[in-house]
Amino acid sequence: MSTVDPTTGTGALDAAAAADPLTIAGRAFRSRLLLGTGGFQSLEAMAEAIKVSGSELVTVALRRIDPGAAGSIMDVIADAGVEVLPNTAGCYTARDAVTTARLAREAFETNWVKLEVIGDDRTLLPDAIELVEAAEILVDDGFVVLPYTTDDPILARRLEDVGCAAVMPLGSPIGSGMGINNPYNIAIIRERTQLPVVLDAGVGTASDAALAMELGCDAVLCASAISRAHDPRAMSLAIKAAVEAGRLARVAGRIPRRLHAEASTPDAGLPDFGVADA
Amino acid sequence: MTTIRLNGEQRRLDDGATVQHALDLLNVTPDSRGVAVAVDREVVPRGDWAATALHEGAAVEVVMAIQGG
Repeated sequence: MSTVDPTTGTGALDAAAAADPLTIAGRAFRSRLLLGTGGFQSLEAMAEAIKVSGSELVTVALRRIDPGAAGSIMDVIADAGVEVLPNTAGCYTARDAVTTARLAREAFETNWVKLEVIGDDRTLLPDAIELVEAAEILVDDGFVVLPYTTDDPILARRLEDVGCAAVMPLGSPIGSGMGINNPYNIAIIRERTQLPVVLDAGVGTASDAALAMELGCDAVLCASAISRAHDPRAMSLAIKAAVEAGRLARVAGRIPRRLHAEASTPDAGLPDFGVADA
Repeated sequence: MTTIRLNGEQRRLDDGATVQHALDLLNVTPDSRGVAVAVDREVVPRGDWAATALHEGAAVEVVMAIQGG
């Protein structure tokens, strides 16, 4: 029988996800997986990953126009029926990031922006000072600002204070696949902010995405983990399932960690078989 | 003639040339999707391309969507 009981198995996962939407700036999303489009070998591979991942919000970047570019990423995204989240990747200053965000608003007719202001090209870590300055300017200019930030809870609060719509802390450096280096900080960020928390950067495989969700993140943004996987389609599916499983586990509430064992079988009623033969 | 920098390259246009004249060199039409233009860091909205004149030394940046994380 191929019929899936909607109360069990993957049918239940989909139903649980549908009943528990992600909300950012008043917009509800069924999927808690945001897909970065960087790193795919082809537009076809990207289109397939968008479809399989179930993502409703995908990032794009801006670069100088290439009049000879074959195929348009915008056509693929339009066909997929998903929303575009422009980024400011490659910007090192607030000034450049603000200009790039304004160009993106004009190019894509959206006021949403994934704000990236990096400090150097070896770590690609956010420059906290430039980031907060750019966030403040863009919020004042009417943007819905989703900043890529470090795993610093105080910086997350500063970004909330200037009016960002979410905070997107890294698990580890962009493209490193190192997972979540400081899960305690991610948990503290979740505890200390009212904003949606999106784990952005560092996911290497499905378990990293599940951990992010178990720590209380509201969503996960993945690019390289999927686009550079040996089989991006299969990894899209794996990470989609991991995000859903991690969210369910978070809502379900995990048991506390204990140093010592705690039997799940009661001692009461244990039969007494007497003294062993001498 | 007016000399501008178009995506980092020096280009010469007729006096009175507009943003759209510069875009013509890149095969960008008013209905090209996913494209935006800044002149000296200021975004020029699509509807103003044909009416915005370029001055000597203008830095024109024309960008499009690419894949990115």
